[in-house]
Amino acid sequence: MSLNNIFAIAGSAMSAQSVRLNTVASNIANVDSVSSSADQTYRARKPVFAEMFDQSMQAHGWNNVNDNGMGAGIGVQVKGIIESDAPLEPRYEPDHPMANESGFVFYPNVNPVEEMADMMSASRSFQTNVEIMNSAKSMMQKVLTLGQS
Amino acid sequence: MAITFEGALAGHDKTLLYRSARSAVLANNIANADTPNFKARDISFESMMQDATRNQLSMTATSDKHFSKSSGFSAVDSDELLYRTPSQPSIDGNTVDMQREQAEFAQNSLQFDTSFLFLDRKISGMKKALSGGQ
Repeated sequence: MSLNNIFAIAGSAMSAQSVRLNTVASNIANVDSVSSSADQTYRARKPVFAEMFDQSMQAHGWNNVNDNGMGAGIGVQVKGIIESDAPLEPRYEPDHPMANESGFVFYPNVNPVEEMADMMSASRSFQTNVEIMNSAKSMMQKVLTLGQS
Repeated sequence: MAITFEGALAGHDKTLLYRSARSAVLANNIANADTPNFKARDISFESMMQDATRNQLSMTATSDKHFSKSSGFSAVDSDELLYRTPSQPSIDGNTVDMQREQAEFAQNSLQFDTSFLFLDRKISGMKKALSGGQ
């Protein structure tokens, strides 16, 4: 019964959204993590989401079907976490303890406004998936009472 | 007149299966609302019903390596899945409209409840017939 799948699907989405919330928290926490060289400066992190397909189909040699995106998906997965390539922000602060020889400190390329919007989007998506799980639960509980009345 | 389960349940058992399969597809759409290049999908009621009647004309498997149509790796066969027509373009190629999917999901669970109610009444009617109304 595919009602069972819904728990896995909504669960995978909830875990992916919590990874997204984690990266947002990490980005906002490090918004002022300065350093004296561009290589060591914190860069904003973003998770990359990808659709998850039924592994049992791949075990039967159905990769081509999956590659066309025709198979039934069974949720979402975090493919990886990438660092932003946006330019860092060098500021001339000669009095700063982390300033380099020319008096510059490097600030991370975290955009706090973008991160806040991302945070709201992630928590809303999380909530929606909780609702999906709840209605799947009530549908399933209903099936258990079939023929009792 | 012989009473068969097939006739007595009047297709509501199959509808229940369709509703639960569709809720899984819609849940998958909602789960992938933030996945780049994801295309929202749906199953049509007609294709499921055609499939249920088509089973009478099933193909013969001449080798045990042949897959039968009803073997089904997942609840939904891939050829029944259609793509949704997006109402608004998005930059990342994702065609999930959250509000629309949520509305479809809610409607689908209500229709699930309706079919369930019919099924429940049919079964209690059969029980009543078997016990002679006692």
